[in-house]
Amino acid sequence: MIDFIARRLIAIIPVLAVVAVFVFLMLRLTPGDPAAVIAGDNATSDQIADIRNKLGLDEPIWSQFAIWIGNVLQGNFGESFFFKKTVAELIAQRVEPTLALAVCTLLFAVSISVPIGVMAAYRQGSLLDRAVMGFSVLGFSVPGFVIGYCLIYVFAIELGWLPVQGYVRIGVNFWQFLERMILPSLTLSVGFVALISRITRASVLEVLNEDYIRTARAKGLSNRVVLMRHALRNAAVPILTVIGLGIAILIGGAVVTESVFGLPGLGRLTVEAVLSRDFPTIQTVILLFSVVYVVINLLIDISYTLFDPRIRY
Amino acid sequence: MSTETKRPVLEVRNLSVALPKGGDRVHAVEKVSFTVNPGEIVCLVGESGSGKSVIAFTVMGLLAKALKPTSGEILLEGENILTADESRLRELRCTRMSMIFQEPMTALNPVMTCGEQIDEVLNTHTNLDAATRKAKIIAILDRVKLPEPERIYASFPHQLSGGQRQRIMIAMALVLDPVLLIADEPTTALDVTTQAEILKLVAELQAGQGTGVLFITHDFGVVAEIAHRVAVLRWGELVEMGPTEQILSRPVQAYTKMLISSVPSITPLHRGVRRDGKTVLRTEKLGKIYTGNAFFQKARVVKAAVDVDLDIRRGETLGIVGESGSGKSTVARCIARLIDPSEGKIYLGDTEIATMSARKLRPHRRRVQIVFQDPYRSMNPRITVGDFIIEGPMNFGLGREEAMARARKLMETVRLDPNALDRFPHQFSGGQRQRICIARALAMEPELLIADEAVSALDVSVQKQVLELLDEIRVRLNLAVLFITHDLRVAAQICDYVAVMSKGRVVEYGSAEQVFGSPKAEYTKALFAAAPGRHWDFGKFAA
Repeated sequence: MIDFIARRLIAIIPVLAVVAVFVFLMLRLTPGDPAAVIAGDNATSDQIADIRNKLGLDEPIWSQFAIWIGNVLQGNFGESFFFKKTVAELIAQRVEPTLALAVCTLLFAVSISVPIGVMAAYRQGSLLDRAVMGFSVLGFSVPGFVIGYCLIYVFAIELGWLPVQGYVRIGVNFWQFLERMILPSLTLSVGFVALISRITRASVLEVLNEDYIRTARAKGLSNRVVLMRHALRNAAVPILTVIGLGIAILIGGAVVTESVFGLPGLGRLTVEAVLSRDFPTIQTVILLFSVVYVVINLLIDISYTLFDPRIRY
Repeated sequence: MSTETKRPVLEVRNLSVALPKGGDRVHAVEKVSFTVNPGEIVCLVGESGSGKSVIAFTVMGLLAKALKPTSGEILLEGENILTADESRLRELRCTRMSMIFQEPMTALNPVMTCGEQIDEVLNTHTNLDAATRKAKIIAILDRVKLPEPERIYASFPHQLSGGQRQRIMIAMALVLDPVLLIADEPTTALDVTTQAEILKLVAELQAGQGTGVLFITHDFGVVAEIAHRVAVLRWGELVEMGPTEQILSRPVQAYTKMLISSVPSITPLHRGVRRDGKTVLRTEKLGKIYTGNAFFQKARVVKAAVDVDLDIRRGETLGIVGESGSGKSTVARCIARLIDPSEGKIYLGDTEIATMSARKLRPHRRRVQIVFQDPYRSMNPRITVGDFIIEGPMNFGLGREEAMARARKLMETVRLDPNALDRFPHQFSGGQRQRICIARALAMEPELLIADEAVSALDVSVQKQVLELLDEIRVRLNLAVLFITHDLRVAAQICDYVAVMSKGRVVEYGSAEQVFGSPKAEYTKALFAAAPGRHWDFGKFAA
């Protein structure tokens, strides 16, 4: 097990190296000059050159990269071009809304999608099954911002049950925090629910054909016990895998959802940073996202052992 | 056994089960009647598709939804099961009637401990407290002769062997002393020595408790070993029923006669002295070692084959006999270079191929061809039989026309209609598919034909035909054949020479007559002693 974790943690290094090079080059090779953005519309070319010089952007690309990587390895992620803060501070400020959104979405999505997936499998071909399948096609195909605006229109504007936008820190007022989390996490979970319920259904269906399900029935167990105790636990591994992969969707979706609901999180920070060509911030946020993604998938792999005793690392 | 005074535990009267529309026949089971008395073992024997498992599942109420009982009754101690509702059936399962299945490897839930799985039965059907339940489980684990019941209780199925898992299934089935035990091919997936132990255990337990057993099998050796009475089924109908001795030695119906005559004898045929044919294949100290990769720990090493020396001449069949994990298939795969041997030499004629590079090996690939075990999965379902046969020769430069002509000829050789070359695999039966696989192998004009358990998945009557075909082809083409099997009876009938393998090593090697007639190695003796029905000489009846 320790062997496995060590190997997987070591494997993060090349992943991050590739991500770092890729992000760095992409930013440098796409048009758009951060110095011009900072200097504003009325700046002279001298002013812009001055800013470029200050930011170190007139160095050759390879030397910019070496300086950046050197700093990152020492734990220094640089200073934002735009927000006049270190990137580390900036991220620390913005991390809470995104984390809250991700956790709420996950809880919400899993608690809805797994039961409906199981029921759809159990009643394969029934109205419920077809409804779940139909919903999942819809959930995949409707973009997040459309769902977001629809929900805002119905629940915030027409019914007035929930606030339209904004964020309250969890430490400030928990109920207001929760109120403002409902619509964003609902929006973000739609695609997720579609994905997980579908995979749960497929996975449980497959397990229901296994010999040990027949054995369980031959023991005189009730359908509920057969389904929940014998089928679901055996179906868990593929479901967990998809939840892990789904984190990537979550990260992408957070960018849109945070913008729609005005949450000051990392997703919106990314959008702002990209629009203003804030290189250090973009680079760091993307590195952070890749670390999160790899680590979560490592945790998922480890969690397999809780569900399936045959899996040992 | 005097059972006349007691009421039968199971009475099946006039049972018919309908197949869904569009099947190859209307009924899976048609008007079948039989009884099982207390303390009696009744064997249902039949080939695949005979409806024997359908009867078992109908009794348990576990039929697939597509199958519907249409007439008759099934009385369990006088209570009609066909009219019982689902909750009554659940009450009866595992308390009055229990079932054990063919595949012990998959019949247990892999994510629950064995103890928990037996505990579920007690928890569902009794009001016993946890301590009593545990004591009862340990007692039944002890009764099915599992070592260290406490450890087994806490073990997961994958930590146990196939035989041990089948014991767990038996323990689970018998923990509440049911009156009826249904055993659906419970030893088919097990090695012959394990099979002998399980059969003995079932017989002991049912005699002790007076349980009635409905035992389903396709193997007449098992029937001879365990049954009190036998019912022979064919296409869902009961052909013949009677006491074991009577059915096996004086069958009345033509079908029964044919079935029993098809059982290969365990006494080898006299094949004559060794001809001085050219040596086609010789291995020298052939070995295959599997090593697991580990980063920090010591790597795991499995020696699948060690120091294997074999040779086969033209026109001879060499059999490799052994239980699962003995390394027999590993050796076959090394010889065909489907896997790379880790040690030793393989001479194909004069060419050493064990260490040859893949590129240099290519022209030699033609010379060794394999027929695999499962004819249902070794053919690509989406290409026609003709394309399946000619793909190899065309790969080696033969034109399509010539290859097709060869395929037509080969179809005749394996006694299939040459006009069937444009059909797809699913349009053929298992036996026919295996013939096609043989034709495919022969199309390459090999020097050595490897048959890896090539008849193990076939019914006994079909098996007999395929064995005869293989032998005929061997003689006609003066072919060298390497025949891998776990079935001693089959080996006795087809092999000139036999190598017995155990734990990766050849423990005995000699002519079939010598190995079967006067085995020297302890392991070989144990293997023969375990063969079911070895004392029974299955007669050859004129049909």
